[in-house]
Amino acid sequence: MIFLLKEDILNDKTKKILSYVPSAIFPAIIFPPIFLDSAGAIDIENNPKILASILAIIIGYFSRSIIATIFVGLISYWFLIFVYYQ
Amino acid sequence: MNDRLKTLSRGIIDVSPLMIPVVPFGIIYGVIGMELGLSAYMTFGMSIIIFGGASQIVLLQLFSGGASSLVTITSVGAVNSRHLLYGAVFSEYLSHLKLAWKIILSYVLIDQAFAVSNTYFKKNKNNTFKHYHLLGAGFTCWTIWQISTILGIVLGSVVPEELGLSFTISLTFVALLINDFRKFKNIIVMLVSGIVATIGYNTIPFQAYIIVAAIAALLVATLLTLITLKKN
Repeated sequence: MIFLLKEDILNDKTKKILSYVPSAIFPAIIFPPIFLDSAGAIDIENNPKILASILAIIIGYFSRSIIATIFVGLISYWFLIFVYYQ
Repeated sequence: MNDRLKTLSRGIIDVSPLMIPVVPFGIIYGVIGMELGLSAYMTFGMSIIIFGGASQIVLLQLFSGGASSLVTITSVGAVNSRHLLYGAVFSEYLSHLKLAWKIILSYVLIDQAFAVSNTYFKKNKNNTFKHYHLLGAGFTCWTIWQISTILGIVLGSVVPEELGLSFTISLTFVALLINDFRKFKNIIVMLVSGIVATIGYNTIPFQAYIIVAAIAALLVATLLTLITLKKN
């Protein structure tokens, strides 16, 4: 790929817009399973997934580590469902 | 010890500490594969063919959700696009190698191997056998990943569903966006995509909510880009 793609094939504007592709695709996969319950209704109150995701985002923002983000999110989710909400 | 072996084992030693978080990640991947109803061969085969944790979880999610091949291929490609940059960085050190070497090394060039070999290459530019470092680091990652995938597949039937391991899919995508959280325009694009998908989940037919949300968000991204270009 690196050898096939020459710098000037895509203009700057297109490249700039393409750089938004992850930001445009991933939230569409992230949001529904977090904000919707199993019946498909929006569930915001007492939703441990929202809290755990916020914690994961904070850790990800500061650590910039993929693995740390995933594990903080998962561990805080487990804490919420097994300890806090019990 | 000859230089080849020395460099190879240096690579193995350098990457080893980075393998600690990879083990639970591989197990989670195997468990999710089983939870989503894929066969053991398919789950393991994906680890052999793709060999990339986050992108494999993305593929599992989209595949089981019935997403179109276009969305699936684009998303897995988007997740793995950072490897193009790794290849570009390493071409400085490895472009003289034979094609077979390049193919093998590109296959094992993942985040952890890139991180340690990049440091090594910078310090040891003149080592004729420096590519053995990447070979050692890369195949260590590969071996650990395959073993932990198998562990996950075996544990898949034992791990209770209450653990909610499928939540790690959402978390993986969140983690892949960490570098974009600092950019205000990206956050706007993310919110548009997420809100359109959440509302469209029940209203847009054929599970097309992902691509509809992505197109809506890209339109907003285009607008934002055009506005900024005009200002400058």
